Amino acid sequence: MSWVPTTSQDEEEMLKTIGVTRMEDLFDSIPDAIRLKSWDIPEGISEMAVKANMQALSGKNQLHSLSFLGGGYYDHYIPAAVDALSLRSEFYTAYTPYQPECAQGTLQSIYEYQSAICRLTNMEFANASLYEGGTAVFEAAAMALRINRKRNKIVCHPSMNPTYRKMLDAHTANLDIEIVDGDDPTDAACVIVQNPAFDGSLEDFTELGKQCHEAGTLLVVSFYPISLGLVKTPGEMGADIAIAEGQCLGIPLAFGGPYLGILATLKKHVRKMPGRIAGATNDAKGRRGFVLTLQAREQHIRRTKAMSNICSNQALCALRALIYLSLLGKEGLLEVAEHCHSKAEYLKSKLTFGTIVNTKPTFNEFVVRLPRPAAEVVAALSAEGIQAGLPLNDWKTGDTGDLMIAVTEKHTRDDLDRFAALLESVSCS
Amino acid sequence: MFPENLKYTVEHEWVAVNGDTCTVGITAFAAEQLGDITYVELPETGLAGSQGDDAATVESVKAASDVYLPIGGTVFEINEALEEKPELVNESPFDDGWFFKLENVTSSDLDSLMDADAYAAFVKEQDH
Amino acid sequence: MQLIFEKSRDGRRAIALDELDVPKADFPSELQRETPAALPEVSEFDVVRHFTELSNRNFGLDSHFYPLGSCTMKYNPKIAEVTAAMPGFSSLHPHLITSESTWNQCQGALEVIHTLEEVLGEISGMQEVSLQPIAGAHGELAGTLLIAAYHRDKGNHKTKIVVPDSAHGTNPASASIAGYEVVEVPSDKDGTIHLDEFRKVMDDDVAGIMLTCPNTHGLFESDIMEIAEVAHKHDALLYYDGANLNAIMGECRPGDLGFDVMHFNLHKTFATPHGMGGPGSGPVGVGERLVPFLPGPRVMKNGESFHLETPEKSIGRMAPFFGNFGMAVRALTYIQHLGNKGLKEVSEKAVLNANYIHARLKGAYKSAFNGRFMHECIFDASPQAQKGANAFDIAKSLLDYGFHAPTVYFPLTVPESIMIEPTETESKETIDAFCDAMLEIAEQIEKDAASLKNNPVSTPVGRLDEVKAAKELNCSM
Repeated sequence: MSWVPTTSQDEEEMLKTIGVTRMEDLFDSIPDAIRLKSWDIPEGISEMAVKANMQALSGKNQLHSLSFLGGGYYDHYIPAAVDALSLRSEFYTAYTPYQPECAQGTLQSIYEYQSAICRLTNMEFANASLYEGGTAVFEAAAMALRINRKRNKIVCHPSMNPTYRKMLDAHTANLDIEIVDGDDPTDAACVIVQNPAFDGSLEDFTELGKQCHEAGTLLVVSFYPISLGLVKTPGEMGADIAIAEGQCLGIPLAFGGPYLGILATLKKHVRKMPGRIAGATNDAKGRRGFVLTLQAREQHIRRTKAMSNICSNQALCALRALIYLSLLGKEGLLEVAEHCHSKAEYLKSKLTFGTIVNTKPTFNEFVVRLPRPAAEVVAALSAEGIQAGLPLNDWKTGDTGDLMIAVTEKHTRDDLDRFAALLESVSCS
Repeated sequence: MFPENLKYTVEHEWVAVNGDTCTVGITAFAAEQLGDITYVELPETGLAGSQGDDAATVESVKAASDVYLPIGGTVFEINEALEEKPELVNESPFDDGWFFKLENVTSSDLDSLMDADAYAAFVKEQDH
Repeated sequence: MQLIFEKSRDGRRAIALDELDVPKADFPSELQRETPAALPEVSEFDVVRHFTELSNRNFGLDSHFYPLGSCTMKYNPKIAEVTAAMPGFSSLHPHLITSESTWNQCQGALEVIHTLEEVLGEISGMQEVSLQPIAGAHGELAGTLLIAAYHRDKGNHKTKIVVPDSAHGTNPASASIAGYEVVEVPSDKDGTIHLDEFRKVMDDDVAGIMLTCPNTHGLFESDIMEIAEVAHKHDALLYYDGANLNAIMGECRPGDLGFDVMHFNLHKTFATPHGMGGPGSGPVGVGERLVPFLPGPRVMKNGESFHLETPEKSIGRMAPFFGNFGMAVRALTYIQHLGNKGLKEVSEKAVLNANYIHARLKGAYKSAFNGRFMHECIFDASPQAQKGANAFDIAKSLLDYGFHAPTVYFPLTVPESIMIEPTETESKETIDAFCDAMLEIAEQIEKDAASLKNNPVSTPVGRLDEVKAAKELNCSM
């Protein structure tokens, strides 16, 4: 059984209406020489068997009772209502709102999402989403180059996630632009910073932002959404473009995706912003409604000169983020951020057997240098059902003993005590 | 049908010659094709270029079009009114809806442009 | 209907944590934001009511026929949502791939990726597939970057990519980002690529040609073998836009047609949900020539276990991990259930349904082309437009019948284009009801075209002022 409802009777009637005798006649525009002779695809199996298969595959992945893995993707608590609402089929089986009259659910939720992001970041315009945090870096760089048309240099601050840095290289391989690592805004289209940095360190980039603007350079700030419950915002720092990976806002870890690319900017740059944007308007009866706007920037109209090639985005994930932020609200986001921060500080205080590598304050993620190679420690603790964190040596930064640990509101004091004790016993054995 | 005193390009720009300087805009035909114009991006004063170089962009809800330099020259004045009221281009394409003015023009470039009759014929061909 | 912000009341809150069980740490004030984010203050029930009401203002595929040409709005199987939500998949942290020491903890996920890549390769006749690209357009970019890497490796200096004038906008947009100049080739009056014009633009400066087959006119490019020959003679690579793959599964394969590289749209052909515009997934498939350049790391199989390797000449990382893994789980679920016969049946019935619609409507609407349509059919509503109601008006009127409109005004090559793609998952009854509605609308246009101008009248809002939206740019509250 498949999902095709057409019976043989239906088929007969339809072929008759079309005016052909056999199904094969409908494929007569395909030359014989290129018709498929055979392919090696397994037989279909029942839904029941598929479920069993996939269950078995799912079971071959190890889930840990306690995890301190971060590196840009965090295990925050996702309230039940996020799933319940985003799994309504009127949302997840709808498509791009090309006919706004029957897509006000989609369009209003995009408008609300855009609003939530602006309020979160103190920026003026947000788009309806990009793919995820790494392609967001590329889109921000491309946007800066469009705004600063006379320049072709992008500066990447050392705080940047190393994977995003690599992705930037891959996406720009064929463009005539120079990418340098550092913080000197001279002659650059933009400087891209990340706060918190990949290693968890916090910094105030307001001063750098001023230097950038004096040099005619844009400031791009890549942020961590949950941290903005506490941390100084990209808008407050003078960012021209703010970008982020939005996975922490109610989106499952899901082994790499789907995630959420966030991009926000200032009014003066909005026409160079990639992606879809919803705007408010009225109908003839004066009823408020929402439409996709500024579409003339996009690929389906502008083609080669489009601001981006983006078509499908991550709309359903943006809805999840909106619902999450609405459930947490003003107080809730602050509370989650405070818990993350305090719990991380508490854990730090218990790791006296190692050295905290970060010289700057951190939010919820930090690096501890252990007296034993971090990869070994991770392996040993995995046997206890604990995912201890990211061995930084894999990133070719830091010591072999460097372990990057992320703490979220999910970790109880007991969890942290237990983890600290195990870490100590394994590292110092 | 189209003002007699203007010259026209195949990209639907018009040029008015005022002694040493020229005024440039887009034609009623172009404006009509675009629909209600929502935004005009004008060049910066001081922009110098040759015939055919990118000069401006004009956007409507359904399209975005590039406006090119119809003749070589340097932009010395732009119609800032279009910032607040882009609809001037639809309302008065040959007059209040002008885009920018050029000086130091390459006069010989004018020879390659169409007159009103030729442009009318050109538009007729486009429209079917 | 109010915005969630307008429902906000000071002090309301939905989610709270337990009391902090560790000492509250000081946060450096110079690094702190001035004021808390002005997020809504609402109860959980407010949130649930709000989004439930919003959902009721949407046509979704589960409730409405959605014949959007080029989008393949087929039924999204619920079992795919179940498998994607299995904790072993949905709670798995992607950084398990970062350290070799933890590869053994995600073998199930790596097997999903490897298995899907293999079967997509078999469906398409491509040698290898990478799931990294996150959407179709991203796959197109990956594909054009692969083409560029191939030529760079050979020492070729080619600057152009050829696309037909009927191409989807993402094609030229992607080619531009990959650094290429785009050259357009017109379609001939039959709606397929104009072979002579194509030959004219082909020279040694062309790096690649991006085609889809059937093309965006719904027509099979019957000259494809010849196009491939000409392309390869100039060492230009042939790119297949997989948007229309739903028409040909089991009938022919892009790899066998001479395509060197392609992308898939898992959210089209392989039934992953459209989610109001995303997430999608756009895996890229390649022939032998491009295998060394694939994005890395790649999942490799060794006996019963899986490990990661990056190809020596890899173009690098298109995504941080393996793209939208959650969509891969869904697509694999779909493919396993259908199997070889089911996949072939998909294309057969998709083509049957589209041709049936064409047969029923061609009396009242002008067919855009005379050839055999495949999984979608296109009408040109210019005759109706001349009577006073155009494709736009027809689309809006369909909403009142409870149907989502087909695609209108794409491709750009057909003036008043109405592109209808029913897919194989619609019953004859639904299709007949749609055709009945289209015929009634055509009749109404004959009688009184102006009466369509106010449609839709049954939706929560009527036609919206897009000019006002663009001018005022009110995009947040």
